[in-house]
Amino acid sequence: MDWRLDKKRPICPQICEKLCVLIASGELNAGDRLMSVRDVALNAGVTPNTVQKSFEQLESQGVIYSKRGSGWYVSENVGIAKEVLDSLIRSKTVNYLNDMQALGLDKKEIIEIIKEFRYG
Amino acid sequence: MGEILRCDNLCKDFGATRALDRLCLSVGSGKIIGLLGPNGAGKTTLIKIVNGLLQPTFGEVLIDGKRPGVETKPLVSYLPDVNYLNNWMTVEQIVFMFADFYADFRSDLAFDMVKRLGINRMQRLKSLSKGNKEKVCLILVMSRNAKLYILDEPIAGVDPATRDYIISTIINNYNPEASVLISTHLISDIESILDEVIFIQNGRVVLQDTVDHIREQNHMSVDDLFREVFKW
Repeated sequence: MDWRLDKKRPICPQICEKLCVLIASGELNAGDRLMSVRDVALNAGVTPNTVQKSFEQLESQGVIYSKRGSGWYVSENVGIAKEVLDSLIRSKTVNYLNDMQALGLDKKEIIEIIKEFRYG
Repeated sequence: MGEILRCDNLCKDFGATRALDRLCLSVGSGKIIGLLGPNGAGKTTLIKIVNGLLQPTFGEVLIDGKRPGVETKPLVSYLPDVNYLNNWMTVEQIVFMFADFYADFRSDLAFDMVKRLGINRMQRLKSLSKGNKEKVCLILVMSRNAKLYILDEPIAGVDPATRDYIISTIINNYNPEASVLISTHLISDIESILDEVIFIQNGRVVLQDTVDHIREQNHMSVDDLFREVFKW
């Protein structure tokens, strides 16, 4: 997992997104135990308070739940995490399209470039 | 959430120079707070007053409701901006000295951290590199079970890897009931581990807010905001 964060955006929603991506991509499955608050804090280099807040926010959205004294777990409903991933994909795509448009390309040309482009 | 540190109308004059000018602030417990300001803003003066090393000209400081003095020494773990340890002492001797001084000092934790750094505890302080010396100082300060940790410029003059080590040491030893006050002007390296920031300039607080709220409102990092606020 790449824990690098955007310095211009608030930290809490970014931590939420990263965890949702882990869940939506299947790296974490329903019922799996999440990393501890401290581990996420150390990996992302952020304060444990922010991570705690992110976890609580995800809990209120039903993405994860806590078991007293045992930690945080992925809830059965992984649909919400998938929605977060979808909106991330959308916003990144919009950013890319805007950049290409600024370079003078229309949609057709952009599609051609993507088709020609080999990656992986 | 209690209040661990409070300053009311704090003033400090050095001759004709006013270093602190009616400074007011309140720090809650359980937070990591950045004390940020340009050179000469009054950061170190404020910290020295909180530690009882300077007397305010006017105003009051309360640490957990008490004035700086014998009673507040056990509450505050302080990392000064200059090295004050005896260079001829070994790491082991210094750890034992701290254990003698502070009832809340955890020697085993200190030795454990020293070991993980690959520093031999029989080594004398003068034989350590500048970075390692700073790490040892931080280890000593973070090995206490204090209510308020005050770190004056803990990341100045060390390489980026050492900075990362210092940051992870702070996160690792952070206790949810204690607060950590970090003074620095190297904001971008440290802003993500801060809950709150306090900007001070000309001896006054010009801003106190959470990092996320600053980013949300200004769509920029605290570092960017700092550069804007303190532009020449």
